[in-house]
Amino acid sequence: MTRDMVLRVVAKLLIPFILLFALYVQFHGDFGPGGGFQAGVILAAAMVFYAIVFGLDNARKVLPDRLVETMVAAGVLLYLGVGVAGPLLGGNFLDYFVLAADPVAGQHRGIFWIELGVAITVCGVMLKVYYLFAGRGPEDD
Amino acid sequence: MLAHFVDHFDYWAMIFLAMAGLFIVIARGNLIKKLVGLGIFQTSVYLLYVAPGKIVGGTAPIVAEGFRVYSNPLPHVLILTAIVVGVATLALGLALVVRIREAYDSIEEDEILRRDHAPEVTPSRGEGAGGKVVP
Amino acid sequence: MNLAAHLPALQVVLPLAAAPLAVLLRGRGAAFMLVTLAAWAAFAVSILLWLQVNASGPISYAIGSWAPPWGIEYRVDSLSALLLMLVCGIAAVVLPYARASIERELRQDVHYLFYAMFALCLAGLAGIAITGDAFNLFVFLEISSLSSYVLIALGRDRRALVAAYQYLIMGTIGATFIVVGVGLLYLKTGTLNLADMGVRLQEMTSHRPVLAALAFLTVGISLKLALFPLHQWLPNAYAYAPSAVSAFLAATATKVSVYALLRFYFSVFGETAVFKRLPMEDLMLILALAGMFVASAVAIFQHDLKRLFAYSSVAQIGYIVLGISFDSVTGLTATIAHLVNHAVTKGGLFLLLGAVMAGMGGVTLARVHGIGRVMPLTAFGIVLCGLGLIGVPGTAGFVSKWYLILAALEKGQWWLVFLIVASSLLAVAYVWRFVEAAYFHAPRADLATVREAPAGLAIPAWTLVGATIWFGLDTSVTVGSAARAAAMLLGGAP
Repeated sequence: MTRDMVLRVVAKLLIPFILLFALYVQFHGDFGPGGGFQAGVILAAAMVFYAIVFGLDNARKVLPDRLVETMVAAGVLLYLGVGVAGPLLGGNFLDYFVLAADPVAGQHRGIFWIELGVAITVCGVMLKVYYLFAGRGPEDD
Repeated sequence: MLAHFVDHFDYWAMIFLAMAGLFIVIARGNLIKKLVGLGIFQTSVYLLYVAPGKIVGGTAPIVAEGFRVYSNPLPHVLILTAIVVGVATLALGLALVVRIREAYDSIEEDEILRRDHAPEVTPSRGEGAGGKVVP
Repeated sequence: MNLAAHLPALQVVLPLAAAPLAVLLRGRGAAFMLVTLAAWAAFAVSILLWLQVNASGPISYAIGSWAPPWGIEYRVDSLSALLLMLVCGIAAVVLPYARASIERELRQDVHYLFYAMFALCLAGLAGIAITGDAFNLFVFLEISSLSSYVLIALGRDRRALVAAYQYLIMGTIGATFIVVGVGLLYLKTGTLNLADMGVRLQEMTSHRPVLAALAFLTVGISLKLALFPLHQWLPNAYAYAPSAVSAFLAATATKVSVYALLRFYFSVFGETAVFKRLPMEDLMLILALAGMFVASAVAIFQHDLKRLFAYSSVAQIGYIVLGISFDSVTGLTATIAHLVNHAVTKGGLFLLLGAVMAGMGGVTLARVHGIGRVMPLTAFGIVLCGLGLIGVPGTAGFVSKWYLILAALEKGQWWLVFLIVASSLLAVAYVWRFVEAAYFHAPRADLATVREAPAGLAIPAWTLVGATIWFGLDTSVTVGSAARAAAMLLGGAP
């Protein structure tokens, strides 16, 4: 952990806003630029920032390896779940039209869950990549 | 000639980036530099797709009153996918380089090939270099 | 929900869903069960699709109910149905083998990741064969490629890492060339749907961007299918990968790339544009012949059996491309039949080599001395597959070479017949090197007590060896489907 007080205070101040911004990008993706990919990366960036300032071990206490790996898989499964909901409701695979009575509302609902799945997986993958690279010191093999 | 060049400057940029990237991949022996070249090469293709998607005077493709001309959003969507593929490739490539360095103590291609082809010449270089089997 | 209507989606979704589930479950037994069940189910789906296509023609499935050409279309015709059956069938056989094989070759805590990667690779390969969308094809290609780099890097030898790295560089260059080609076609036609693209391209096949696209796609796909001289990544990748991975990739990865080539040449650009107006016939003929002879000759001088048969794969790709270069129904029949026949033969061969690896600890020629005595069944199986590679009557290899020769005679190129037979003699030479080591040398003292391969390894391997013999005797599935697919590609019946 870094001993620099300024860094730590700034990090603690900034991280909540980064998280909030990630959520904004996620949910505003319906109306403007944004969406799951970007939000997932911003979420992961907040965690990476935390890990750089407070150390990898502390970051692992917040989001353990196991949870990160689960996120990677769970996001994809959420995506597939939305996909399979189509055939179950009488449409094709990944069919959003049938997700609600009104096809436009169905599209809205479909892309919402899809983007959520994307965000979870992207965040998980980014963190997993960071954990793996950062956790592997140059001399410990 | 010059007008032709200026009119198509996005294509020239794409060709330059592609050739520069491919040259680095072929000419450099350092595994990391090769990946950098590969990244540049892939990026050039993003340009090939995205640049023609822009229509002069076009707006974001959202239906609204008063706007008739829209930019084509499809290339952007395609390239978002391609960027993700590129990130995955780069991450995997770097992970392989980390493992190669652990196994060979080097990330220079010629050095690695030499150590594989003549393992009996350098058995006394210690744990890191000899015929170590990757776990 | 009417399950039969959603078979095309299930084909890809089953293995794709198995991958994250395997990661969630983590247990290696559970992951194995799940992925194997998914692969078997995918195989069943592919058989159903094949029957359906044979009975009632091509199937089109609109993903997300967006009608083609706007949305992504999954399209199953007689060629893709055959490829799907091949890919899923090989996966269904290799997975039970993988269980017994990776117990010996991999750390236990990464087994679930191995199965997840395998499932992803299967989903990617099946996706390439089923999709009717050019960009979707690239995405599936990358899914299968990225997972196969990982699978190769799992090999025990440290050279596996370098092999995977080299494959990653070459494969990514190839894939990027493919994207450039697809991009140029998209700019010209404004569509990504392969069938729609084919229709719109007909008026502009001589435009320069279209020719550039053809060049980019040809080079890109040739890199992925290891056409001589772009095959440099293949021998090391196959030699140092875990045994099950070698078998699966050798049997499917390059074959699916050949499928992509056929699809772009015949369904998108059209036979006239590629073969009648450009000298592609001669180009492919020369590269195919060079591959057949050079790679076979190099194979003869290898010391490692996996490398030897990997070079033989490059040579066999030569036969496959040779069939394309004839640009005739018989030639394409030979190509498509050889896709299947070679996949089955090489798959069986690499599975048996894995059993040898498990028993004798390595597959160098010096180490397998006298294997005919200590592992008689396995050695006999390898010889049978070797006969298949040579093309001895009664094996699958003979059937496809027979059609190749017929196609050459049809064109009046009788000298090619001699070249095909001559290159088969080179195959005799490299197979003989194994026979000599196996039957005419005494086993090494420390390996004289090695036992025959366990059932978990032997049964899947012999399934494929049996298929090699079966397809040599009964050609109704392979040649029948291949002839239908060839006629479809050249504009005849679907």
